[in-house]
Amino acid sequence: MIRQLVADIAAGKITARQLVEESIAKAKTHENFHALLSLCEARALERADAIDEKIKRGENAGQLGGVPFIAKDNMLAYGAPTTAAAHLLEGFDAPFQAEAIERLEREGAILIGKANLDAFAHGGSTENSAFGPTKNPHDKTRVPGGSSGGSAAAVALDIAPFALGTDTGGSIRQPASFSGVVGMKPTYGTVSRYGVVAMASSTDVIGPITHTAEDAALVLDVMSGKDEKDSTTLPDFFAFHDAVKPLKIGLIKDWMGEGVEPEVREAVKGAVEKLKGAGHEIEEVSLPNLKHGLAVYYVVVPAEVASNLARYDGVRYGNAQQANNLEELYAKTRAAGFMPENQRRILIGNYVLSSGYYDAYYKKAAQVRTVMINEFNEALDRFDVLIGPVAPTVAFKLGENTADPLKMYLADIMTVPASLAGLPAVSVPIEKAGMPVGLQIIGQLETDSTVLALAAQFQEEK
Amino acid sequence: MATISFDDVQKLARLSALTITEEQAEVISHELTKIFEYIEQLSDVETTDVEPTYQVNGLENVTRADEIIDYRVSQAELLKNAPQQHDGSIKVPRVLE
Repeated sequence: MIRQLVADIAAGKITARQLVEESIAKAKTHENFHALLSLCEARALERADAIDEKIKRGENAGQLGGVPFIAKDNMLAYGAPTTAAAHLLEGFDAPFQAEAIERLEREGAILIGKANLDAFAHGGSTENSAFGPTKNPHDKTRVPGGSSGGSAAAVALDIAPFALGTDTGGSIRQPASFSGVVGMKPTYGTVSRYGVVAMASSTDVIGPITHTAEDAALVLDVMSGKDEKDSTTLPDFFAFHDAVKPLKIGLIKDWMGEGVEPEVREAVKGAVEKLKGAGHEIEEVSLPNLKHGLAVYYVVVPAEVASNLARYDGVRYGNAQQANNLEELYAKTRAAGFMPENQRRILIGNYVLSSGYYDAYYKKAAQVRTVMINEFNEALDRFDVLIGPVAPTVAFKLGENTADPLKMYLADIMTVPASLAGLPAVSVPIEKAGMPVGLQIIGQLETDSTVLALAAQFQEEK
Repeated sequence: MATISFDDVQKLARLSALTITEEQAEVISHELTKIFEYIEQLSDVETTDVEPTYQVNGLENVTRADEIIDYRVSQAELLKNAPQQHDGSIKVPRVLE
Protein backbone atom coordinates (compact mmCIF):
# COMPACT_ATOMS: atom_id res chain seq x y z
CA MET A 1 0.00 0.00 0.00
CA ILE A 2 2.60 2.55 1.08
CA ARG A 3 4.97 1.41 -1.68
CA GLN A 4 2.21 2.07 -4.25
CA LEU A 5 1.45 5.44 -2.68
CA VAL A 6 5.12 6.46 -2.90
CA ALA A 7 5.18 5.36 -6.56
CA ASP A 8 2.03 7.41 -7.29
CA ILE A 9 3.51 10.51 -5.67
CA ALA A 10 6.79 10.05 -7.58
CA ALA A 11 4.84 9.65 -10.84
CA GLY A 12 2.89 12.85 -10.18
CA LYS A 13 -0.48 11.05 -9.96
CA ILE A 14 -1.03 12.65 -6.57
CA THR A 15 0.92 15.33 -4.71
CA ALA A 16 2.31 15.22 -1.20
CA ARG A 17 0.31 18.38 -0.46
CA GLN A 18 -2.96 16.66 -1.46
CA LEU A 19 -2.16 13.73 0.81
CA VAL A 20 -1.28 15.95 3.76
CA GLU A 21 -4.43 18.03 3.25
CA GLU A 22 -6.53 14.84 3.10
CA SER A 23 -4.90 13.53 6.29
CA ILE A 24 -5.54 16.75 8.15
CA ALA A 25 -9.15 16.90 6.92
CA LYS A 26 -9.70 13.31 8.12
CA ALA A 27 -8.09 14.09 11.47
CA LYS A 28 -10.58 16.93 11.90
CA THR A 29 -13.59 14.82 10.80
CA HIS A 30 -12.68 12.14 13.32
CA GLU A 31 -11.87 14.53 16.18
CA ASN A 32 -14.54 12.90 18.37
CA PHE A 33 -12.48 9.68 18.58
CA HIS A 34 -9.70 11.73 20.20
CA ALA A 35 -6.94 9.75 18.50
CA LEU A 36 -4.68 12.82 18.24
CA LEU A 37 -3.46 15.33 20.80
CA SER A 38 -2.05 17.83 18.30
CA LEU A 39 -1.66 18.55 14.59
CA CYS A 40 1.37 20.26 13.07
CA GLU A 41 -0.39 21.51 9.94
CA ALA A 42 1.92 24.36 8.88
CA ARG A 43 5.07 22.28 9.33
CA ALA A 44 3.54 19.37 7.39
CA LEU A 45 2.38 21.52 4.47
CA GLU A 46 5.76 23.20 4.21
CA ARG A 47 7.47 19.82 4.00
CA ALA A 48 4.90 18.54 1.50
CA ASP A 49 5.58 21.50 -0.80
CA ALA A 50 9.32 20.90 -0.56
CA ILE A 51 8.81 17.26 -1.57
CA ASP A 52 6.48 18.19 -4.45
CA GLU A 53 9.14 20.65 -5.67
CA LYS A 54 11.77 17.91 -5.54
CA ILE A 55 9.58 15.58 -7.59
CA LYS A 56 8.88 18.34 -10.13
CA ARG A 57 12.65 18.76 -10.55
CA GLY A 58 12.87 15.01 -11.22
CA GLU A 59 14.74 14.22 -7.99
CA ASN A 60 14.22 11.17 -5.79
CA ALA A 61 12.04 12.09 -2.79
CA GLY A 62 13.02 9.04 -0.73
CA GLN A 63 11.61 5.63 0.19
CA LEU A 64 8.67 7.32 1.93
CA GLY A 65 8.59 10.48 -0.20
CA GLY A 66 5.39 12.39 0.59
CA VAL A 67 3.76 9.86 2.93
CA PRO A 68 2.02 11.41 5.97
CA PHE A 69 2.44 9.77 9.38
CA ILE A 70 1.58 10.20 13.04
CA ALA A 71 3.91 9.80 16.02
CA LYS A 72 2.91 8.79 19.52
CA ASP A 73 3.13 11.86 21.72
CA ASN A 74 6.03 10.48 23.76
CA MET A 75 8.37 11.08 20.81
CA LEU A 76 10.13 14.43 20.49
CA ALA A 77 9.64 16.37 17.24
CA TYR A 78 10.60 19.86 16.11
CA GLY A 79 7.78 22.36 15.92
CA ALA A 80 5.23 20.15 17.68
CA PRO A 81 4.38 19.82 21.36
CA THR A 82 5.43 16.65 23.25
CA THR A 83 3.28 15.98 26.31
CA ALA A 84 3.50 12.20 26.88
CA ALA A 85 -0.24 12.76 27.63
CA ALA A 86 0.65 14.15 31.07
CA HIS A 87 0.18 17.65 32.51
CA LEU A 88 3.82 17.49 33.60
CA LEU A 89 5.12 18.09 30.06
CA GLU A 90 2.44 20.55 28.92
CA GLY A 91 4.15 23.43 27.15
CA PHE A 92 7.36 21.48 26.47
CA ASP A 93 9.00 22.51 23.19
CA ALA A 94 11.56 19.91 22.11
CA PRO A 95 15.04 21.30 21.39
CA PHE A 96 15.94 18.11 19.50
CA GLN A 97 14.08 15.43 17.58
CA ALA A 98 13.66 11.64 17.99
CA GLU A 99 16.12 9.71 15.80
CA ALA A 100 13.26 7.52 14.50
CA ILE A 101 11.38 10.61 13.24
CA GLU A 102 14.62 12.05 11.87
CA ARG A 103 15.25 8.89 9.79
CA LEU A 104 11.66 8.80 8.48
CA GLU A 105 11.84 12.46 7.46
CA ARG A 106 15.18 11.93 5.75
CA GLU A 107 13.33 9.43 3.51
CA GLY A 108 10.55 11.91 2.78
CA ALA A 109 7.84 10.95 5.31
CA ILE A 110 5.78 13.86 6.69
CA LEU A 111 4.77 14.14 10.36
CA ILE A 112 1.24 15.52 10.57
CA GLY A 113 0.39 15.09 14.25
CA LYS A 114 0.93 13.44 17.61
CA ALA A 115 -1.22 10.61 18.98
CA ASN A 116 -2.86 10.12 22.37
CA LEU A 117 -1.50 7.55 24.84
CA ASP A 118 -1.72 6.52 28.46
CA ALA A 119 0.38 9.14 30.28
CA PHE A 120 4.07 8.22 30.02
CA ALA A 121 2.88 5.04 28.20
CA HIS A 122 1.64 3.51 31.47
CA GLY A 123 -1.54 1.61 30.73
CA GLY A 124 -3.40 -0.66 28.36
CA SER A 125 -6.42 1.40 27.34
CA THR A 126 -5.40 5.04 26.69
CA GLU A 127 -7.73 5.96 29.57
CA ASN A 128 -4.75 7.14 31.66
CA SER A 129 -4.27 10.13 29.33
CA ALA A 130 -4.45 13.46 31.16
CA PHE A 131 -6.35 14.79 28.14
CA GLY A 132 -9.11 12.15 28.03
CA PRO A 133 -9.38 8.70 26.45
CA THR A 134 -9.31 7.69 22.80
CA LYS A 135 -12.34 5.76 21.53
CA ASN A 136 -12.19 2.51 19.59
CA PRO A 137 -12.81 3.13 15.85
CA HIS A 138 -15.00 0.00 15.67
CA ASP A 139 -17.15 0.82 18.73
CA LYS A 140 -17.07 4.20 20.43
CA THR A 141 -18.08 2.73 23.80
CA ARG A 142 -14.87 0.67 23.92
CA VAL A 143 -11.19 1.42 24.44
CA PRO A 144 -8.74 1.28 21.51
CA GLY A 145 -6.19 -0.52 23.72
CA GLY A 146 -3.00 1.08 24.92
CA SER A 147 -0.72 2.58 25.56
CA SER A 148 -0.34 3.42 21.82
CA GLY A 149 -4.15 3.61 21.50
CA GLY A 150 -4.15 6.93 19.66
CA SER A 151 -1.67 5.65 17.07
CA ALA A 152 -3.67 2.46 16.46
CA ALA A 153 -6.97 4.35 16.22
CA ALA A 154 -5.47 6.92 13.84
CA VAL A 155 -4.39 4.19 11.41
CA ALA A 156 -7.70 2.33 11.76
CA LEU A 157 -9.51 5.62 10.98
CA ASP A 158 -7.27 6.11 7.89
CA ILE A 159 -5.98 9.46 9.14
CA ALA A 160 -2.51 8.43 7.93
CA PRO A 161 -1.10 5.26 6.31
CA PHE A 162 1.19 4.64 9.29
CA ALA A 163 1.81 5.68 12.87
CA LEU A 164 4.59 5.11 15.35
CA GLY A 165 4.06 3.47 18.70
CA THR A 166 6.24 2.38 21.58
CA ASP A 167 5.97 -1.06 23.18
CA THR A 168 7.29 -1.82 26.67
CA GLY A 169 4.95 -4.68 27.57
CA GLY A 170 2.46 -4.79 24.70
CA SER A 171 1.73 -1.14 23.96
CA ILE A 172 1.94 -1.59 20.17
CA ARG A 173 0.53 -5.12 19.83
CA GLN A 174 -2.46 -4.90 22.17
CA PRO A 175 -3.94 -1.68 20.69
CA ALA A 176 -3.30 -3.11 17.20
CA SER A 177 -5.31 -6.20 18.20
CA PHE A 178 -8.13 -4.12 19.74
CA SER A 179 -8.29 -1.67 16.81
CA GLY A 180 -7.90 -4.11 13.90
CA VAL A 181 -4.53 -2.98 12.50
CA VAL A 182 -0.99 -4.39 12.24
CA GLY A 183 1.36 -3.55 15.13
CA MET A 184 5.00 -4.60 15.09
CA LYS A 185 7.24 -4.76 18.16
CA PRO A 186 10.74 -5.30 16.75
CA THR A 187 13.67 -7.05 18.44
CA TYR A 188 14.95 -5.01 21.41
CA GLY A 189 17.57 -2.60 20.03
CA THR A 190 16.34 -2.47 16.40
CA VAL A 191 15.30 1.20 16.45
CA SER A 192 17.07 4.04 18.28
CA ARG A 193 15.16 5.42 21.25
CA TYR A 194 17.03 8.72 21.24
CA GLY A 195 14.46 11.47 21.76
CA VAL A 196 11.74 9.21 23.14
CA VAL A 197 10.37 9.57 26.68
CA ALA A 198 11.89 6.59 28.50
CA MET A 199 9.66 4.18 30.39
CA ALA A 200 11.48 0.90 31.09
CA SER A 201 14.87 0.93 29.42
CA SER A 202 15.37 -2.85 29.36
CA THR A 203 12.22 -3.47 27.26
CA ASP A 204 11.22 -0.17 25.52
CA VAL A 205 11.08 -0.41 21.72
CA ILE A 206 9.67 1.74 18.91
CA GLY A 207 7.67 0.16 16.11
CA PRO A 208 5.22 0.83 13.28
CA ILE A 209 1.43 0.54 13.28
CA THR A 210 0.04 0.04 9.76
CA HIS A 211 -2.69 -1.66 7.71
CA THR A 212 -0.38 -4.31 6.28
CA ALA A 213 2.67 -6.24 7.47
CA GLU A 214 4.43 -5.25 4.26
CA ASP A 215 3.97 -1.56 5.16
CA ALA A 216 5.30 -2.26 8.66
CA ALA A 217 8.40 -3.86 7.11
CA LEU A 218 9.03 -0.82 4.92
CA VAL A 219 8.71 1.66 7.81
CA LEU A 220 10.85 -0.52 10.10
CA ASP A 221 13.51 -0.80 7.43
CA VAL A 222 13.81 3.00 7.24
CA MET A 223 14.01 3.43 11.03
CA SER A 224 16.24 0.50 11.97
CA GLY A 225 19.99 0.39 12.52
CA LYS A 226 22.70 1.38 14.92
CA ASP A 227 22.67 4.87 16.42
CA GLU A 228 25.60 6.24 18.43
CA LYS A 229 23.09 8.17 20.51
CA ASP A 230 21.42 4.98 21.84
CA SER A 231 24.02 2.47 23.02
CA THR A 232 21.46 -0.38 23.09
CA THR A 233 20.93 -0.31 19.31
CA LEU A 234 22.04 -3.32 17.23
CA PRO A 235 23.94 -3.08 13.94
CA ASP A 236 21.38 -2.99 11.11
CA PHE A 237 20.30 -6.62 10.67
CA PHE A 238 16.86 -5.99 9.23
CA ALA A 239 16.23 -6.77 5.57
CA PHE A 240 12.73 -7.80 4.56
CA HIS A 241 12.27 -10.94 2.46
CA ASP A 242 8.61 -11.57 1.76
CA ALA A 243 8.98 -15.12 0.47
CA VAL A 244 7.87 -17.60 3.14
CA LYS A 245 8.96 -21.21 3.00
CA PRO A 246 6.80 -23.71 4.93
CA LEU A 247 7.48 -23.09 8.63
CA LYS A 248 7.26 -25.14 11.81
CA ILE A 249 4.92 -23.15 14.01
CA GLY A 250 4.26 -23.68 17.72
CA LEU A 251 0.82 -22.73 19.02
CA ILE A 252 1.24 -21.65 22.67
CA LYS A 253 -1.41 -23.84 24.26
CA ASP A 254 -1.13 -22.14 27.66
CA TRP A 255 -2.82 -19.14 26.01
CA MET A 256 -5.74 -21.09 24.54
CA GLY A 257 -7.49 -22.22 27.72
CA GLU A 258 -9.21 -20.75 30.74
CA GLY A 259 -9.16 -16.98 31.14
CA VAL A 260 -9.23 -16.40 27.39
CA GLU A 261 -12.55 -15.29 25.89
CA PRO A 262 -14.14 -17.92 23.61
CA GLU A 263 -14.42 -15.28 20.85
CA VAL A 264 -10.63 -14.82 20.93
CA ARG A 265 -9.92 -18.58 21.06
CA GLU A 266 -12.22 -19.25 18.10
CA ALA A 267 -10.56 -16.52 16.05
CA VAL A 268 -7.08 -17.92 16.75
CA LYS A 269 -8.26 -21.47 15.90
CA GLY A 270 -9.49 -20.10 12.57
CA ALA A 271 -6.10 -18.49 12.01
CA VAL A 272 -4.37 -21.82 12.70
CA GLU A 273 -6.47 -23.50 9.99
CA LYS A 274 -5.62 -20.72 7.55
CA LEU A 275 -1.90 -21.11 8.26
CA LYS A 276 -2.15 -24.90 7.80
CA GLY A 277 -3.86 -24.24 4.48
CA ALA A 278 -0.86 -22.15 3.45
CA GLY A 279 1.37 -25.18 3.96
CA HIS A 280 2.76 -24.57 7.46
CA GLU A 281 3.14 -27.31 10.04
CA ILE A 282 1.50 -26.41 13.36
CA GLU A 283 1.89 -28.17 16.68
CA GLU A 284 0.84 -27.21 20.20
CA VAL A 285 3.59 -26.31 22.62
CA SER A 286 3.49 -25.52 26.33
CA LEU A 287 5.55 -22.76 27.94
CA PRO A 288 4.36 -23.08 31.54
CA ASN A 289 6.50 -20.27 32.98
CA LEU A 290 5.09 -17.55 30.68
CA LYS A 291 2.22 -17.18 33.15
CA HIS A 292 4.68 -15.57 35.58
CA GLY A 293 5.59 -12.92 33.00
CA LEU A 294 3.14 -10.39 34.36
CA ALA A 295 4.46 -10.75 37.93
CA VAL A 296 8.03 -10.30 36.63
CA TYR A 297 6.91 -7.32 34.57
CA TYR A 298 5.24 -5.53 37.47
CA VAL A 299 8.46 -5.70 39.47
CA VAL A 300 11.08 -4.99 36.77
CA VAL A 301 9.18 -2.29 34.89
CA PRO A 302 8.11 -0.14 37.89
CA ALA A 303 11.72 -0.33 39.14
CA GLU A 304 12.94 1.07 35.81
CA VAL A 305 10.02 3.53 35.66
CA ALA A 306 10.83 4.89 39.14
CA SER A 307 14.42 5.51 37.99
CA ASN A 308 13.54 6.96 34.57
CA LEU A 309 10.83 9.26 35.94
CA ALA A 310 13.09 10.67 38.67
CA ARG A 311 14.22 13.33 36.16
CA TYR A 312 10.81 15.02 36.07
CA ASP A 313 11.38 17.56 38.83
CA GLY A 314 10.16 20.83 37.31
CA VAL A 315 13.65 22.36 37.26
CA ARG A 316 15.05 22.03 33.72
CA TYR A 317 11.66 21.65 32.03
CA GLY A 318 8.11 20.72 32.89
CA ASN A 319 5.04 22.28 34.35
CA ALA A 320 6.52 23.56 37.65
CA GLN A 321 4.26 24.29 40.61
CA GLN A 322 4.62 27.18 43.05
CA ALA A 323 6.88 26.20 45.96
CA ASN A 324 8.75 27.73 48.90
CA ASN A 325 11.74 25.44 48.72
CA LEU A 326 13.35 22.92 46.39
CA GLU A 327 11.93 19.76 47.94
CA GLU A 328 8.45 21.21 47.80
CA LEU A 329 8.99 22.12 44.13
CA TYR A 330 9.81 18.50 43.28
CA ALA A 331 6.98 16.94 45.28
CA LYS A 332 4.25 19.37 44.20
CA THR A 333 5.29 19.35 40.52
CA ARG A 334 5.36 15.56 40.41
CA ALA A 335 2.07 15.15 42.29
CA ALA A 336 0.31 17.60 39.96
CA GLY A 337 1.98 16.43 36.74
CA PHE A 338 1.86 12.64 36.98
CA MET A 339 -1.35 10.65 36.60
CA PRO A 340 -2.36 8.22 39.40
CA GLU A 341 -1.02 5.22 37.43
CA ASN A 342 2.38 6.95 37.02
CA GLN A 343 2.50 7.55 40.77
CA ARG A 344 1.47 3.97 41.54
CA ARG A 345 4.31 2.62 39.38
CA ILE A 346 6.87 4.97 40.91
CA LEU A 347 5.85 3.84 44.39
CA ILE A 348 5.96 0.13 43.47
CA GLY A 349 9.35 0.65 41.83
CA ASN A 350 10.89 2.40 44.78
CA TYR A 351 9.46 -0.26 47.09
CA VAL A 352 10.99 -3.21 45.20
CA LEU A 353 14.31 -1.39 44.97
CA SER A 354 14.46 -0.56 48.72
CA SER A 355 17.15 -2.25 50.73
CA GLY A 356 15.70 -5.31 52.44
CA TYR A 357 13.26 -5.98 49.57
CA TYR A 358 15.69 -5.90 46.65
CA ASP A 359 16.57 -9.63 46.71
CA ALA A 360 13.01 -10.76 47.36
CA TYR A 361 11.53 -8.77 44.49
CA TYR A 362 13.87 -7.20 41.95
CA LYS A 363 16.54 -9.91 41.90
CA LYS A 364 13.95 -12.69 42.08
CA ALA A 365 12.03 -11.17 39.16
CA ALA A 366 15.26 -10.84 37.13
CA GLN A 367 15.93 -14.55 37.77
CA VAL A 368 12.43 -15.62 36.74
CA ARG A 369 13.00 -13.48 33.64
CA THR A 370 15.96 -15.80 32.84
CA VAL A 371 13.75 -18.88 33.37
CA MET A 372 11.23 -17.49 30.87
CA ILE A 373 13.91 -16.61 28.33
CA ASN A 374 15.32 -20.16 28.58
CA GLU A 375 11.85 -21.54 27.98
CA PHE A 376 11.41 -19.33 24.91
CA ASN A 377 14.83 -20.43 23.62
CA GLU A 378 13.96 -24.12 23.94
CA ALA A 379 10.66 -23.61 22.12
CA LEU A 380 12.28 -21.48 19.40
CA ASP A 381 14.88 -24.21 18.86
CA ARG A 382 12.04 -26.56 17.96
CA PHE A 383 9.85 -24.06 16.09
CA ASP A 384 10.54 -21.23 13.62
CA VAL A 385 7.93 -19.02 15.28
CA LEU A 386 5.36 -19.20 18.07
CA ILE A 387 1.78 -18.03 17.74
CA GLY A 388 -1.14 -17.25 20.04
CA PRO A 389 -3.58 -14.50 20.92
CA VAL A 390 -2.39 -10.95 21.69
CA ALA A 391 -4.79 -10.35 24.57
CA PRO A 392 -7.28 -12.55 26.45
CA THR A 393 -10.24 -10.37 25.37
CA VAL A 394 -11.50 -8.13 22.60
CA ALA A 395 -11.46 -4.37 23.34
CA PHE A 396 -13.18 -3.81 26.68
CA LYS A 397 -15.66 -1.04 27.53
CA LEU A 398 -14.43 2.42 28.50
CA GLY A 399 -14.36 2.55 32.31
CA GLU A 400 -14.69 -1.22 32.73
CA ASN A 401 -11.24 -1.75 34.28
CA THR A 402 -10.30 1.70 35.56
CA ALA A 403 -11.25 1.01 39.19
CA ASP A 404 -9.03 -2.06 39.48
CA PRO A 405 -5.35 -1.60 38.48
CA LEU A 406 -4.58 -5.33 38.72
CA LYS A 407 -7.45 -6.21 36.37
CA MET A 408 -6.12 -3.63 33.91
CA TYR A 409 -2.63 -5.18 34.14
CA LEU A 410 -4.02 -8.64 33.25
CA ALA A 411 -4.82 -7.35 29.74
CA ASP A 412 -1.03 -7.49 29.13
CA ILE A 413 -0.54 -11.12 30.18
CA MET A 414 0.19 -12.39 26.64
CA THR A 415 2.29 -9.47 25.48
CA VAL A 416 4.77 -8.97 28.34
CA PRO A 417 6.68 -12.27 27.84
CA ALA A 418 8.09 -11.28 24.41
CA SER A 419 8.96 -7.85 25.82
CA LEU A 420 10.89 -9.31 28.75
CA ALA A 421 12.80 -11.56 26.34
CA GLY A 422 13.35 -8.79 23.75
CA LEU A 423 11.81 -10.92 20.98
CA PRO A 424 10.18 -9.57 17.80
CA ALA A 425 6.40 -9.97 17.86
CA VAL A 426 3.62 -8.72 15.61
CA SER A 427 -0.14 -8.45 15.97
CA VAL A 428 -1.90 -9.09 12.67
CA PRO A 429 -5.71 -8.85 12.32
CA ILE A 430 -7.69 -12.08 11.96
CA GLU A 431 -10.63 -11.68 9.58
CA LYS A 432 -13.84 -12.05 11.56
CA ALA A 433 -17.19 -10.40 12.29
CA GLY A 434 -17.56 -8.21 15.37
CA MET A 435 -14.74 -6.63 17.34
CA PRO A 436 -11.20 -7.17 15.96
CA VAL A 437 -8.85 -9.85 17.28
CA GLY A 438 -5.15 -10.03 16.47
CA LEU A 439 -2.93 -13.05 15.95
CA GLN A 440 0.42 -12.72 17.72
CA ILE A 441 3.49 -14.11 15.94
CA ILE A 442 6.68 -14.27 18.03
CA GLY A 443 10.14 -15.08 16.65
CA GLN A 444 13.70 -15.50 17.92
CA LEU A 445 15.86 -12.36 18.32
CA GLU A 446 16.56 -10.65 14.98
CA THR A 447 14.05 -12.77 13.00
CA ASP A 448 11.81 -9.74 12.49
CA SER A 449 11.74 -10.39 8.76
CA THR A 450 10.37 -13.95 9.19
CA VAL A 451 7.71 -12.71 11.63
CA LEU A 452 6.57 -9.97 9.26
CA ALA A 453 6.73 -12.15 6.16
CA LEU A 454 4.46 -14.72 7.79
CA ALA A 455 2.09 -11.93 8.85
CA ALA A 456 2.10 -10.59 5.27
CA GLN A 457 1.33 -14.03 3.85
CA PHE A 458 -1.43 -14.48 6.46
CA GLN A 459 -3.04 -11.21 5.29
CA GLU A 460 -2.88 -12.14 1.62
CA GLU A 461 -4.11 -15.74 2.02
CA LYS A 462 -7.88 -16.10 1.51
CA MET B 1 2.18 -12.08 52.54
CA ALA B 2 3.38 -8.54 51.92
CA THR B 3 1.10 -5.84 53.21
CA ILE B 4 1.88 -2.31 52.11
CA SER B 5 0.64 -0.25 55.05
CA PHE B 6 -0.54 3.35 55.14
CA ASP B 7 2.79 4.29 56.79
CA ASP B 8 4.77 2.42 54.10
CA VAL B 9 2.99 4.39 51.40
CA GLN B 10 3.68 7.71 53.11
CA LYS B 11 7.35 6.84 53.51
CA LEU B 12 7.58 5.69 49.86
CA ALA B 13 5.89 8.89 48.70
CA ARG B 14 8.51 10.96 50.57
CA LEU B 15 11.32 8.91 49.01
CA SER B 16 9.71 9.31 45.58
CA ALA B 17 9.27 13.09 45.97
CA LEU B 18 5.49 12.93 45.63
CA THR B 19 2.97 14.85 47.73
CA ILE B 20 0.02 12.60 48.52
CA THR B 21 -3.00 13.14 50.73
CA GLU B 22 -4.02 10.78 53.56
CA GLU B 23 -7.04 9.65 51.53
CA GLN B 24 -4.79 8.82 48.56
CA ALA B 25 -2.35 6.94 50.81
CA GLU B 26 -5.24 4.83 52.14
CA VAL B 27 -6.40 3.87 48.61
CA ILE B 28 -2.85 3.24 47.34
CA SER B 29 -2.09 1.02 50.35
CA HIS B 30 -4.99 -1.28 49.36
CA GLU B 31 -4.09 -1.24 45.66
CA LEU B 32 -0.42 -2.01 46.27
CA THR B 33 -1.21 -4.80 48.73
CA LYS B 34 -3.40 -6.43 46.08
CA ILE B 35 -0.69 -6.03 43.42
CA PHE B 36 1.97 -7.52 45.71
CA GLU B 37 -0.32 -10.47 46.53
CA TYR B 38 -0.25 -11.19 42.80
CA ILE B 39 3.54 -10.73 42.59
CA GLU B 40 4.03 -13.28 45.41
CA GLN B 41 3.65 -16.06 42.77
CA LEU B 42 7.30 -15.47 41.85
CA SER B 43 8.28 -17.46 44.92
CA ASP B 44 6.72 -20.56 43.24
CA VAL B 45 9.50 -20.55 40.64
CA GLU B 46 12.71 -22.42 41.51
CA THR B 47 15.62 -20.03 40.85
CA THR B 48 18.57 -21.47 42.79
CA ASP B 49 21.73 -20.90 40.71
CA VAL B 50 19.77 -19.01 38.03
CA GLU B 51 21.55 -15.85 36.85
CA PRO B 52 19.37 -12.72 36.78
CA THR B 53 18.75 -11.06 33.38
CA TYR B 54 19.07 -7.29 33.00
CA GLN B 55 19.94 -6.98 29.29
CA VAL B 56 18.46 -9.08 26.50
CA ASN B 57 20.12 -8.45 23.14
CA GLY B 58 23.65 -9.48 24.02
CA LEU B 59 25.32 -6.07 23.80
CA GLU B 60 27.96 -5.46 26.47
CA ASN B 61 30.04 -2.46 27.49
CA VAL B 62 29.18 -0.30 24.48
CA THR B 63 31.63 2.58 24.44
CA ARG B 64 32.52 5.43 22.12
CA ALA B 65 35.51 7.73 21.77
CA ASP B 66 35.63 10.33 24.53
CA GLU B 67 35.14 13.27 22.19
CA ILE B 68 32.86 16.27 22.20
CA ILE B 69 30.03 15.84 19.69
CA ASP B 70 28.51 19.03 18.36
CA TYR B 71 24.74 18.57 18.48
CA ARG B 72 24.28 22.06 17.04
CA VAL B 73 21.82 23.10 19.73
CA SER B 74 22.37 26.53 21.28
CA GLN B 75 22.38 27.23 24.99
CA ALA B 76 19.26 29.35 24.53
CA GLU B 77 17.48 26.42 22.82
CA LEU B 78 18.37 24.10 25.68
CA LEU B 79 17.31 26.60 28.31
CA LYS B 80 14.02 27.59 26.72
CA ASN B 81 12.01 24.96 28.62
CA ALA B 82 13.37 25.82 32.08
CA PRO B 83 10.54 27.33 34.15
CA GLN B 84 12.86 29.76 36.00
CA GLN B 85 16.07 31.26 34.67
CA HIS B 86 18.60 33.88 35.63
CA ASP B 87 21.46 35.13 33.41
CA GLY B 88 21.75 31.95 31.32
CA SER B 89 21.42 29.65 34.33
CA ILE B 90 18.53 27.59 35.65
CA LYS B 91 17.11 29.04 38.85
CA VAL B 92 15.65 26.95 41.71
CA PRO B 93 13.88 27.97 44.93
CA ARG B 94 15.78 28.28 48.20
CA VAL B 95 17.49 25.04 49.26
CA LEU B 96 18.62 25.98 52.81
CA GLU B 97 16.35 27.92 55.14
